[in-house]
Amino acid sequence: MSSKVDARGLSCPQPVLMVMDQMKKISRGKIEILVDTDTSKENVSRAAESKGWQVTDVDPEGEGCRIKITKD
Amino acid sequence: MKNFFAQRWGIIVVGAAIGILAPILQKFGNPGNMGICVACFERDISGALGLHRAAVVQYMRPEIIGFVLGGLVAAYLFKEFRPRVGSAPIVRFVLGAFAMIGALVFLGCPWRAMLRLAGGDGNAILGLLGLISGIWVGTLFLKKGYNLGRSEKTYSSVGWLLPLIMLGFLALMLIYPQIQGEAKNGVLFYSLKGPGSMHAPLIISLAVGLIVGFLAQRSRFCTMGAFRDLILFRQMHLLSGVIALVVLAFLTNLMLGQFHAGFTNQPVAHNMHIWNFAGMVLAGLAFALAGGCPGRQLFLAGEGDGDAAIFVLGMIVGAGFAHNFGLASSPKGVGPHGIAAVIVGLAVCLFIGFSMKKKI
Repeated sequence: MSSKVDARGLSCPQPVLMVMDQMKKISRGKIEILVDTDTSKENVSRAAESKGWQVTDVDPEGEGCRIKITKD
Repeated sequence: MKNFFAQRWGIIVVGAAIGILAPILQKFGNPGNMGICVACFERDISGALGLHRAAVVQYMRPEIIGFVLGGLVAAYLFKEFRPRVGSAPIVRFVLGAFAMIGALVFLGCPWRAMLRLAGGDGNAILGLLGLISGIWVGTLFLKKGYNLGRSEKTYSSVGWLLPLIMLGFLALMLIYPQIQGEAKNGVLFYSLKGPGSMHAPLIISLAVGLIVGFLAQRSRFCTMGAFRDLILFRQMHLLSGVIALVVLAFLTNLMLGQFHAGFTNQPVAHNMHIWNFAGMVLAGLAFALAGGCPGRQLFLAGEGDGDAAIFVLGMIVGAGFAHNFGLASSPKGVGPHGIAAVIVGLAVCLFIGFSMKKKI
C-alpha cells in the first residue's frame, strides 16, 4: 500500500503526528512525505525509524524535501 | 551531510553546554539560579523599554538578543533560513502573553525551572510538575486534532524583522549604556537594585547568547518539546538534552559553590506550592499549544519563523501586563491578581485548544 502526507507549512509536532497516524493506518507499505523544514525532515525520519520503518529516499523538492519511508 | 547536533549525542552535548554556561553567567553577575531565564529576561527587556515600570526588573538582556541572532547565523550558514508566516499569528501572540503571565507566577520559564532545580531550589519541583501537567493537557488537544494551520513562505525581510528588532535593542544598549547609580539613560530604563541590577558584563552575556542560539538552532533544543515528545511519542531525544542540562548545571553549581538545597530563602522564588504548580500549568499548556518553549520560539524566529516572532512579542507585552496589573509574583508570594490571571489564562488556553481543530 502506498500513500502521501503533505506536511509542508506545519510546525512540530504536526508532521510527526500525521506520519504516525498514516503508519498506523496502513501498517506496512510505502509513504511519501513532503516537508519544508530540516527540523521536520529530521523529526519525521527519526519517528519512522523508531517505529521500524526504513527511510529509503530523501530528495530535495522545492524549498523542502520529499521523504520516502517503507515497511515490508 | 548529517547534522551532528540533531543526533542523540548532539542534543546531549548542547544540553550539557547550556548546563555549564548558565551557572557561569550567574557567577559573572546574573541573578541566583537565573544564569539563563528566557521569560525573566524578556520581562527585563520589557522593563528596560518601559512597557512596565517595576523598578527591580529593568535590563536589556543581551542573552535574548544573542539567542535570536545566533539562531539566524546558524540558519544562514546551514541554509535553513526559511522566511514563513501566517499560522494564526494572533493566537500565537495571546499564547505568548499568557505563557509569560504563567511563568511569572512561578518566577521562571522551563529553562529557569531546570536551573532552579540544579541550584537546589525545591520549589522548582512544583513548577516542573506543573509544566509537565500543562504540556500533558496540550498533548490531549494535539491528539484530538488541535493545530494552528499552515504557514506560508514569505519575503526574506519578514523573517529578518525580529532579528532586526534585536539588533536595534543592541544598538540602544550601546547608545544608552548603563550609568552607575542612574535609573535611566536616554530611552532605556535600568534597575538600581533587585534582579534587574544583577547581570554579567554585556560582552559575556552576548557571547553566551550567540553560542547558545547557534547550538540550539542546530539541535532544535526545546524544553517543552522534551516532555511533549515523551508523552506523545514515547521519544527521549529532546529530553536527553534537557537531562544533560540539569546534570551539568548541578555539577557546575557544586563546583562554583552555587548549590543551596531547600525550599526557603531561595533566590527570586516563593514557596506558595499550589501557585508555583498552577502558574507553570498555564505556561506549559500555552507553550504546548504554540509548539515550542520560549527559547525555541527565539531560535525559530532567528531562522525566519514570523509566527514564532509574534509569540516572542506576545511574551514581552505579556510581561508588561504581568507587572502593570500586579499578576507577577515576588519572593513574598503571588501578586494581588496573579491567581485570577492564572484562571483567566487557563480558560483562554482551553478555548483555543477546544476551538482550533481543522483538517489539514
